[in-house]
Amino acid sequence: MSAELEIDWTRCQGRGLCIELLAADLTSDPWGYPSARRADGHQSGTVILAEDQREAANEAVKMCPLSALKLRTSAHQ
Amino acid sequence: MDELMWSVARTSGMISLLLLTGTLLVGIMARSGRAFGGLSRYTQSLLHRSFSLLCVIFVMLHVLSLLADSYAKMQIIDIFVPFLGDYRPFWQGLGTVSFLLMIAIALTGLLRRHLGQRVFRGIHLTAYLMWPIAVAHGLGTGTDAGTLWYRIVTVISIGLVLAAAIWRLTANYLDHSATRRLAREGVKL
Ligand code: HEM
Ligand code: SF4
Repeated sequence: MSAELEIDWTRCQGRGLCIELLAADLTSDPWGYPSARRADGHQSGTVILAEDQREAANEAVKMCPLSALKLRTSAHQ
Repeated sequence: MDELMWSVARTSGMISLLLLTGTLLVGIMARSGRAFGGLSRYTQSLLHRSFSLLCVIFVMLHVLSLLADSYAKMQIIDIFVPFLGDYRPFWQGLGTVSFLLMIAIALTGLLRRHLGQRVFRGIHLTAYLMWPIAVAHGLGTGTDAGTLWYRIVTVISIGLVLAAAIWRLTANYLDHSATRRLAREGVKL
């Protein structure tokens, strides 16, 4: 079981709140938009989160100023 | 009893003004996308939400205490329909208008994930209209409006919000605005 963060790029304006909350998995690109910190952290357009990040991820989903985030739980590793 | 209600109304009105100004300032801060001083973007968002909800609570206290104060001659309908009041109807009506707008702004703010971003933004931006209306209401009908300290607080609030609004309109307001401008112009980083 792992959690995947889905970022809706039509909405995200790189306000950086999720990067703060999920600093272990996300980093900022030069324009301030979130991108996966680990090279293998991407999967079909989503960012794979470490297991212990679920609570922080829920908070990011709730507080993202552009409502651009969704959390998906998937069965694969 | 009327005396007590009257002083509760004045105090809660004053606190509402401070909280509303604080809400606006932190909202503008959060919108820029910058970590500000020691405040992370997350903290700013939480502060913005907390200030605004506290403000709603104090405005409710303000309205309820005036309902209970017989001198204010307020009816329940005056809370929801502006300009019908007996006492300084115009200035009291401005209070009603800002109250209704505030409820709409706060509710759609809380429910924004279930509304379109457009609806949320559209309603949220009326905050810039609502704040001056609320300030005018306080100056126009407040018992304390003539006192020096009320004027000082109002003038400082206006100064801070004006400064923030001007900053909001400058080209470098958004974090990363310089690099994003380069990107739009096709420069590779
Ligand atoms: C009294 C009620 C409120 C007032 C007066 C208010 C005012 C503001 C203002 C002036 C801004 C800056 C907008 C801009 O310049 O684009 C803002 C942004 C914002 N506010 Fe509020 N607000 C209120 C309540 C709330 C509530 C309850 C929430 C829910 C969490 C909320 C969430 C937001 C968000 C997400 C932003 C946008 C930040 C961004 O785009 O980065 N607001 N608010
Ligand atoms: S919090 Fe939302 S808007 Fe900000 S960078 Fe993350 S997804 Fe984009």
